[in-house]
Amino acid sequence: MILDAKIPAGPLAEKWSKHKFNLKLVNPANKRKYDVIVVGTGLAGASAAASLAELGYNVKAFCFQDSPRRAHSIAAQGGINAAKNYRNDGDSVYRLFYDTIKGGDYRAREGNVYRLAEVSVNIIDQCVAQGVPFAREYGGLLDTRSFGGAQVSRTFYARGQTGQQLLLGAYSALNRQIHLGKVKMYTRTEMLDVVVVDGKAQGIVTRNLINGATETHAGHAVLLCTGGYGNVFYLSTNAMGCNVTAAWRAHKRGAFFANPCYTQIHPTCIPVSGDHQSKLTLMSESLRNDGRVWAPKNIELAEKLRKGQLKVTDLKEEDRDYFLERKYPSFGNLVPRDVASRNAKEAVDEGKGVGASGVAVYLDFADAIARLGEDAVRAKYGNLFDMYYQITDENPYKVPMRIYPAVHYTMGGLWVDYNLMTTIPGLYCLGEANFSDHGANRLGASALMQGLSDGYFVIPYTLGDYLATIGPKAIDDKHPAFAQTKKDVLDRVAKLLALRGTKTVDEYHRELGHIMWEYCGMARTDAGLRKAKGLIQALKADFWVNAIVLGENEEVNSSLEKAGRVADFIELGELMVDDALMRSESCGGHFRVESQTEEGEALRDDDNFAFVAAWEYTGENQPEALNKEPLVYENVKLTQRSYK
Amino acid sequence: MKTSQSNISNLKSNERMSNGNMNLTLKVWRQKNAQTPGKLVTYKADGVSPDMSFLEMLDVVNEGLIHRGEDPIHFDHDCREGICGMCSLYINGQPHGPKRAITTCQLHMRSFKDGETITIEPWRAAAFPVVKDLATDRSAFDRIQQAGGYVSVNTGGVPDANEIAIPKVIADEAFNSATCIGCGACVAACKNASAMLFVSAKISQFALIPQGQPERYRRAQSMVAQMDEEGFGNCTNTGACEAECPKEITLTNIGRMNNDYYSAKLFREEEIGHHSEG
Ligand SMILES: Cc1cc2nc3c(=O)[nH]c(=O)nc-3n(C[C@H](O)[C@H](O)[C@H](O)COP(=O)(O)OP(=O)(O)OC[C@H]3O[C@@H](n4cnc5c(N)ncnc54)[C@H](O)[C@@H]3O)c2cc1C
Ligand code: SF4
Ligand code: FES
Repeated sequence: MILDAKIPAGPLAEKWSKHKFNLKLVNPANKRKYDVIVVGTGLAGASAAASLAELGYNVKAFCFQDSPRRAHSIAAQGGINAAKNYRNDGDSVYRLFYDTIKGGDYRAREGNVYRLAEVSVNIIDQCVAQGVPFAREYGGLLDTRSFGGAQVSRTFYARGQTGQQLLLGAYSALNRQIHLGKVKMYTRTEMLDVVVVDGKAQGIVTRNLINGATETHAGHAVLLCTGGYGNVFYLSTNAMGCNVTAAWRAHKRGAFFANPCYTQIHPTCIPVSGDHQSKLTLMSESLRNDGRVWAPKNIELAEKLRKGQLKVTDLKEEDRDYFLERKYPSFGNLVPRDVASRNAKEAVDEGKGVGASGVAVYLDFADAIARLGEDAVRAKYGNLFDMYYQITDENPYKVPMRIYPAVHYTMGGLWVDYNLMTTIPGLYCLGEANFSDHGANRLGASALMQGLSDGYFVIPYTLGDYLATIGPKAIDDKHPAFAQTKKDVLDRVAKLLALRGTKTVDEYHRELGHIMWEYCGMARTDAGLRKAKGLIQALKADFWVNAIVLGENEEVNSSLEKAGRVADFIELGELMVDDALMRSESCGGHFRVESQTEEGEALRDDDNFAFVAAWEYTGENQPEALNKEPLVYENVKLTQRSYK
Repeated sequence: MKTSQSNISNLKSNERMSNGNMNLTLKVWRQKNAQTPGKLVTYKADGVSPDMSFLEMLDVVNEGLIHRGEDPIHFDHDCREGICGMCSLYINGQPHGPKRAITTCQLHMRSFKDGETITIEPWRAAAFPVVKDLATDRSAFDRIQQAGGYVSVNTGGVPDANEIAIPKVIADEAFNSATCIGCGACVAACKNASAMLFVSAKISQFALIPQGQPERYRRAQSMVAQMDEEGFGNCTNTGACEAECPKEITLTNIGRMNNDYYSAKLFREEEIGHHSEG
């Protein structure tokens, strides 16, 4: 299949405005004749649902939590980028575009990224108008800070709770539309399949998580805003409920899955403390603005620290290796995430890791506290320091934090064109669930920007074009495809509930996580990936015989919920491994050990791999088919990324 | 790990009760669904590490139950870092457990003693019916927000962000109110099951900033009306909500809300109007 990304022709800066002009409009009086289904009410979903309802469409929105306010977006800490140039420090739409393309290691589309940078400025205006309490200067205007991978200060923030405040803003807009009757909200409801009628997405099948009722919902278009799949690694910074089910079910119905192996490992997380660990906690990377990353100079010192024979605060200055500052003098501690993470792993692999487990490096605020005072540091990072203290029982104002990378974000996702439509007409994908804007590595503070850009400012335009094309004829769930899809869902539920084996679903999930982290994590090799594929296939076969899934469908059943999600994660895991194996170059967060520069940096192979890998499902236990969307660069010159 | 750091007064106290692994007795509220009566059931939790979080301790108990073919204990949780507001356990008679200013998911087992018996119940309030075991239905909170917890602006067509200047102290104060996570601990803590702290936090956030002024009084009225309709109790100023709030939302918010609510009632009827567009 030839993938048409529908990127408009013409100069970069004019693409989006020309495209908007060329898109068909839906007559205002006709808008109320269209029903739109929005699955997910995080930043992407809530902003889309509210904006579409404001335009006059009838929206049905779904989330699995008990309230839209609890979507995982709530947990984002650090901030949101926008090319406002309020600082007069040389920022511009073009610079944000360039930084994002470069940060993504030249594996994102120019057209999409430019549009993202362009609408970034509107997002901040919108959020302020809603009453989002961003940090302010004494003069009363908005404050900004700098974030990894950028040399300008363009990150807007609300203390360490930016995601919370942005989501509550979108939630309030959504609430207003619920109140006005334009959005019908279904909470504690999980989408389990997409209904495709004559090649077009026209509905979904859901399960009510309180009573198990399996229902069908029809609409003129379906928007998946269901977040990322980082929990395929079991341990990640994602919330416990984050899962790939919606996207994976859509994939099995014909939506291509793009670049599944592109995952982001975040450098500043609290290290694992034991086998009971259920998730990992991120410390916002804004900490790298003032914290200095280091490891002991040599293995002997590291060993003494691990055994408690030496106190970290007693270590002499010359015995500390500030490895990021040493290797990357111009970006220092602010290098992009993939670079920072890999360097921490390297230090640990060399035996210089610290903490009881030896799997951590230091993030030290002593200098910042000496320079700015403890109060200033508290004002900036107080809640993060508190969080660290609660979890580790160590006081970061007195001793350096221990940090280690953890899975954090997934750049891969459902393939979408410039209009955010997947390969199934009428099925759209927004936010972290799609693959579109971050290439092989996402810059800090850019996910919130993308989610809100998709929801507030892109889909309200692009969806209209499709709706105008198909026309306002009413759509209901009488077509046999609805009954058939519902039957498929119920059959699968029954199959899961029949599993009364010997291993819990969490045990399978943990095992999958180990395989993925070991072989498809920060460093990947041909041999390791091949091994992982075999292990995952065996795990899948075992799951469908030996898992324990208790209870019934017609009740609250967390065993069943988890089982369905883990079964999908296992299949996704195999595709990630296939993708990582196929992409024998390194790029961004995808580091193939076989492909590195003399300095140990990711080495791209632009001649052979400047494409989006879009995988096509071909049937149960069949190899997926690879479709390639070539990446064309008309504006930026592809260079070896360097943060020296 | 050690506890020898001195001068940690600026961090929320982390009193460590236990160092070695612990054996605990749990008394857990089990209730199949809203229609069936529930009861406390006793479980053993052995070999609990002090570095586990409270919810991780329950995970381990649940793994054991599943292996024995028994229904795992159901509880709400998601982010496990104190921000989503989903976790909601009433532990030994306190919402979110014995420590101040944290959520259940941030509570670690080092706050308990070897041999201790821990009673775990759901939030108790008529407006929060039990869904199953320890999970309750808090959708009443959403309905209160839907009644007016917003600034009525559409997407697009808004002024440049820096055209609205807000003094830093005011912005910071609005932010403090906005940090409410909607967990419902304030309701669970209150003997009247009042939702005043939650509702006043949202009303205050908007009452403090310029964007919130045009709808200020109408908002206070409609949110309070919805709160009453949901069956939450009255406020009798006991302050239990403030003491148990994981985000340290202060009673000042309730004062601000009352102020707006009563001035709306007394003087501003015609200004407020009765149309329903929010
Ligand atoms: C700890 C942490 C900190 C972060 N900090 C930052 C930051 O500072 N800056 C930044 O830019 N980015 C940050 N990110 C990334 C960013 O938060 C996310 O990428 C972004 O919020 C995702 O938004 P979303 O709307 O796509 O998905 P989510 O917010 O994950 O929402 C997904 C929605 O889909 C629903 N859903 C999922 N599956 C189903 C289903 N099958 N049926 C029904 N509903 C379903 C959920 O209920 C939820 O409503 C951070 C991420 C983490 C983990
Ligand atoms: S006011 Fe405090 S206790 Fe009440 S819902 Fe908000 S955060 Fe929870
Ligand atoms: S699980 Fe999110 S606040 Fe506790």
